[in-house]
Amino acid sequence: MKKIEAVIRVEKLEEITEVLEKLNCCPGMMITHIEGRGRQKGIVEQFRGREYKVNFLPKVKIEIVTKDSDADKIVNAISKAARTGEIGDGKIFVYSIEDVLRIRTGEKGDIAV
Amino acid sequence: MKIKLKKWRDRVMAAGLAVVTGLLASIVFPHLAFAADPSGAETLAQNPQAPVDYVWVLVCGFLVFFMQAGFAMVEAGFCRAKNATNLMAKNTIDFVMASLVFMAIGFAFMMGNDYHGLIGTSGWFLHGANYDVGKYLMFFWQLVFAGTAATIVSGAVAERLKFKAYFLYSLAVAAIIYPIYGHWVWGGGWLAKLPFGVGHVDFAGSGVVHTIGGFVGLAGAIVLGSRFGKFAKDGKPKAIPGHSITLAALGTFILWFGWFGFNAGSTFSAHQLRIAVIAVNTNLAAAAGAAVAILLVFMKTKKWDVGMMLNGCLAGLVAVTAPCAWIEAWAAVVIGAIAGALVVLGVYFWESKGVDDPVGAVSVHGLNGVWGLISVGLFADGTYGLGSTTEPFVKGLFYGGGYGQLIAQAIGAAVCVAWAFGLGFIAFKIMDTFFGIRVKPEEELKGLDVQEHGTPAYPNFYTTNQS
Repeated sequence: MKKIEAVIRVEKLEEITEVLEKLNCCPGMMITHIEGRGRQKGIVEQFRGREYKVNFLPKVKIEIVTKDSDADKIVNAISKAARTGEIGDGKIFVYSIEDVLRIRTGEKGDIAV
Repeated sequence: MKIKLKKWRDRVMAAGLAVVTGLLASIVFPHLAFAADPSGAETLAQNPQAPVDYVWVLVCGFLVFFMQAGFAMVEAGFCRAKNATNLMAKNTIDFVMASLVFMAIGFAFMMGNDYHGLIGTSGWFLHGANYDVGKYLMFFWQLVFAGTAATIVSGAVAERLKFKAYFLYSLAVAAIIYPIYGHWVWGGGWLAKLPFGVGHVDFAGSGVVHTIGGFVGLAGAIVLGSRFGKFAKDGKPKAIPGHSITLAALGTFILWFGWFGFNAGSTFSAHQLRIAVIAVNTNLAAAAGAAVAILLVFMKTKKWDVGMMLNGCLAGLVAVTAPCAWIEAWAAVVIGAIAGALVVLGVYFWESKGVDDPVGAVSVHGLNGVWGLISVGLFADGTYGLGSTTEPFVKGLFYGGGYGQLIAQAIGAAVCVAWAFGLGFIAFKIMDTFFGIRVKPEEELKGLDVQEHGTPAYPNFYTTNQS
């Protein structure tokens, strides 16, 4: 099993959700609104005639746990939908997951994903 | 040494006792001449046209009162969410204190019987001969102005002044600083009688209200020092963005709206049809100020800066307050445009001097109050008099009035700045010596809302990017 953790632009969330829905192999997803910075290192804003730096930008983090066989498909779909080609598109991390347990039934492993 | 101190203390106590006795005597033995008309029946019989004037002045006064809401919103919007409760508290308490203190002594100092052009001496507690509809009307009008002068300061000292200090400061402004200077200009005092032009004039209070508020604010900001994080270690100024441009814009619109009452109501009579000219001039100056301010900042940063446009709008309003009744439309545009430039330069100037004015109150009200007073001496066109359509008319340099009026305006402006800054500085310094007017550093970092009041302004929201 794999956990896919994607940091994306806030405005791309809806598009990515639609793409994953169509893919029909993505069991569930978790969303966190986060702030962070990458190579872009924040942006400059302005208040009453004076500019100031905002060091951390709002992003969305998606977490999906899935069967090994589906992981690549999902990663590719997210990366395609999230890309604009401009700096700030985000990153995707993939982890191995040891086990999963569905609380309602007690099922474990792939079937619980 | 000890004996000397004791002697000195006794003298102060004796002097204080004398003042209190004097005050009490004038209350217990009011002027028994009953020209007063508490019911208004006599006033109406003598002048059947009085109601239209009363309604005009009262409605305009209600508009000026509503400017309190405008100031509260502008200041809250331009400051951080963690201090919004504190700003609401200060913007309320200054009108609360002003109402009570101005009724007790402020109004008497301002509009009472003149003593050598220096101070008014009658009308304590609106008592005796002052129990009169006409006096009450004048009191209400002057009170909402005193409240405006008081509330300007809260912006300049925002986010770091103790509530206790603000409470006491608003006493000083409403009891002494505003009414005594007001007496010199509007109460028949020495500035009104200057032997230049028609004497120093200030139609609706660029000086009496705004310069006073702005420069007391400057004194407060200097005594307090700058907010944590306003200047980098190398002294370079940094922006501390406010938490809501939406509130700041709403506040500006409320002030703009209230200003029509502030200026046009200052005719103190609906029979002065000059009110139409005043309303137009007021609006034009606001528009010109806003336009110039946003264009100037755009030239510097290539961004359309809304915060500065709002400041520019208010700057135009402040500047046109003194000349609004005596100028033509084109002059209102010029006066507003210069005000818009002044406020931008002012904001950068005070920051370069290490003065931290979180909302720009010193530049908006202080600098442009002075500019408004001066502008009368330049642009007054000689078509309107002292709240009257009869001579003497107010005439400035550009309309062939010579330098007389300009000199009177310059003297009044200089006196106003010195009086407001001087007394403001002394008041804040004395309080600072006795109990320290600035909150502790950790309180400032956490915000005054929870630390001073126990009430966050937005308890169900968490805020980000706070420094």
